[in-house]
Amino acid sequence: MALLQIAEPGESAAPHQQKLAVGIDLGTTNSLVATVRSGLSVVISDELGRPLLPSVVRYHADGGVEVGYEAQVNQSLDPRNVIASVKRFMGRGLKDIAHRESMPYEFEDNPGMVRLHTVAGVKSPVEVSADILCTLRLRAEASLGGPLVGAVITVPAYFDDAQRQATKDAARLAGISVLRLLNEPTAAAIAYGLDNAAEGVYAVYDLGGGTFDISILNLSKGVFEVLATGGDSALGGDDFDQRIFCWILEAAKLNPLSIEDARLLLTCAREAKEYLTPHGVAPVTARLNSGEVVDLRLSTEIFTEISQTLVAKTIQPVKKTLRDAGLSVSDIKGVVMVGGATRMPQVQRAVGEFFRQEPLNNLDPDKVVALGAATQANLLAGNRAAGDEWLLLDVIPLSLGLETMGGLAEKIIPRNSTIPIARAQEFTTFRDGQTALALHVVQGDRELVSDCRSLARFELRGIPPMVAGAARIRVTFQVDADGLLSVSARELASGVEASITVKPSYGLTDDEIASMLKDSMAHSKDDALRRALKEAQVEAQRLIESVQSALKSDGDLLSEEQRGRIEASITRLQTTALGDNRRHITLAMDELEADTKEFAARRMDKSISRAFAGRSIDEIDRGNDSAKIMGEQA
Amino acid sequence: MDLPYYLYSPRRGFAPPAVGFPPGHLLAEYLARLLLTGVRVTTSRNRMDFNADHFDLFEMPHTFRLDASVLDKRFREIQTQVHPDKFVQAGDSERRLSLQWATRVNEAYQILKKPLSRAQYLLNLAGHDVAAENNNAMPPEFLMEQMEWREAVAEARHAHDQDELEQLYHRVKRRMKKRYEQLAELLDDQHDHAEAADRVRRLMFLEKLLFEIDDAMAALET
Repeated sequence: MALLQIAEPGESAAPHQQKLAVGIDLGTTNSLVATVRSGLSVVISDELGRPLLPSVVRYHADGGVEVGYEAQVNQSLDPRNVIASVKRFMGRGLKDIAHRESMPYEFEDNPGMVRLHTVAGVKSPVEVSADILCTLRLRAEASLGGPLVGAVITVPAYFDDAQRQATKDAARLAGISVLRLLNEPTAAAIAYGLDNAAEGVYAVYDLGGGTFDISILNLSKGVFEVLATGGDSALGGDDFDQRIFCWILEAAKLNPLSIEDARLLLTCAREAKEYLTPHGVAPVTARLNSGEVVDLRLSTEIFTEISQTLVAKTIQPVKKTLRDAGLSVSDIKGVVMVGGATRMPQVQRAVGEFFRQEPLNNLDPDKVVALGAATQANLLAGNRAAGDEWLLLDVIPLSLGLETMGGLAEKIIPRNSTIPIARAQEFTTFRDGQTALALHVVQGDRELVSDCRSLARFELRGIPPMVAGAARIRVTFQVDADGLLSVSARELASGVEASITVKPSYGLTDDEIASMLKDSMAHSKDDALRRALKEAQVEAQRLIESVQSALKSDGDLLSEEQRGRIEASITRLQTTALGDNRRHITLAMDELEADTKEFAARRMDKSISRAFAGRSIDEIDRGNDSAKIMGEQA
Repeated sequence: MDLPYYLYSPRRGFAPPAVGFPPGHLLAEYLARLLLTGVRVTTSRNRMDFNADHFDLFEMPHTFRLDASVLDKRFREIQTQVHPDKFVQAGDSERRLSLQWATRVNEAYQILKKPLSRAQYLLNLAGHDVAAENNNAMPPEFLMEQMEWREAVAEARHAHDQDELEQLYHRVKRRMKKRYEQLAELLDDQHDHAEAADRVRRLMFLEKLLFEIDDAMAALET
């Protein structure tokens, strides 16, 4: 079956006047390109019949570029100029990249995204990805016999705005028109669903080289509706290699290794992992540069034991995502397995046990994403056959929000919202006469801005001076069908406007989106406490400013002594608010409230007597009603 | 230069979206384009008015009780016509309109699908802004009960008692189900909006409680 799906190079395109469109799986380890030929989704192989293209690029001093197997062969000879796993650097700053000290590359920090020094000059991850995409485009055009109309390119479901934008930029650089960015598990669901005419709720378990995604979809009458998605960006097949590597070090009682020996053993570990799946036991033999000899046998039992915690770690996001979808295990009709790492028997077993059913493995886990993407590309390009109408409704993986007072993230669009989506929220000014507003757009599910990914900052200027709370600033978030965000802000009274298409990406602490998501659960208790403290501090500040402003305008209502007491109370609250005891802050606020009670009453009398002048009885009655409600609230 | 963040959210309610959508003449243009490009606009469903309320958009009665399968079906039917995937090859303005429509339809669907937002929306249509009305003035016994619930959640979380959390979750769910049945009577049969608004505010507390239990369960899983 798999052989039938592989097209020969140079083979002509389908007989009809078909628009040439492809699906591209731009993977961490390998990339693929696929197309729909005579109604069947097929992977396009290279001239040697190889379907995969290793995502490895080598740069030469003369400007020459090698991509794929040739580049991979020379990885150990020319490590600095052979770039592998570039997907991990897309849309990432230097400090976002984990384990960079163990990488052979020379990084250069750059606002938004790192750069890599090579003999051919400084390269951005977007350029390196573009070289991979360009190779795939040329392969497809040679096979299909003409220029492409466009491509659907897949991205991990957890990819944030910056990473998606970087992927789109790479495609543009490679001369590819992007029909749509598509989430990898969703692409797999399309391939599976259309192949099997599936109906019902399915889970897609996608364990790749460096990432884990889980998506729950409802397939119904040609509509693929993603209900929820989750994952872990720092969990993949590589971690299983690492566990074997550690086992080798321990079992062979090796001395500290040189970088070359470490790389050699890591390769041994990966080979052993792959050999183990069909054979049940794998020899691990190597002669190190240090002269030491490794001669071990890795059994399935040992491997299962040492990787147990990794497998368990994939089940946590699965549980969370099921709950997000409002479903339980019994609602899941089938579990589609995606990614080479799902070949491991212990993964198959754990998934089977959790979902209480055999996982579905009837599509090649390496190819299913590209095949699904090709199907969508074909549809988007307008090659629709009768009865071929279907629709895809995807979601955003992480909440989008704004920074508000006290470094808190206010969610505007919650995670798992169906895209495209827009949400508007109104904010107001905090100080009298405030004429500018700084907006900080963040992505993530933690409560504190410092724990979310910063996407963009922009300013709304020229707000006419008003008293605090009088301005009405509507901030609108729009997420398009590619999952890309644009934000605009508008002051409603004056019509002053500012907007931004979120493009640059700034510092995320070392772990990425899914780990942020995970953290938000692990530390949510901690968060709640910190959040409560921050909120108390903000409230204290508000109270202080409102009393100060009242003193300024109506201070004449007070005696010298009363004024002195209020001012002393303000000072106490100011001091307490600097500390980290929420209860003390609340108590100090209560004190200030008590000390200003009489003052507030006098001020109210003053404004009521002002308001009575020239108003009808009816209006006064209504005014009393609202005063009563406010009284109950206090 | 770093401006301080003077953003302050006056409320965190479920207010319906107030995004600016195109006026009527753009809608006419849009429908004309739909017809030109050969996308089906059936005569029975050609009343797709951008400014229609959410119920009219899906041709559903303005009631709290709602046939979810009909809503799902209508939602998919409309998305099949307006989704940006259907306009990838189209011009800019058409793509923009498609984006706006698909956004509009998604939002309306989300609001009608969930009972709490549906009830709030119905009340909004009837002139009751539930979120903006004073929702702190709840009876003390209700607030006491809420505090007891929350203490139970905190205790179970502290004791790492996943079973207890799950039981709490189901108890809250059951209670909410009963409350929604009562709400349906108030809204659809008795048309008592003031009482319904009060019930909705109570349900908002329970919904929040459900989120807290969910959070606690997630924290224990990791």
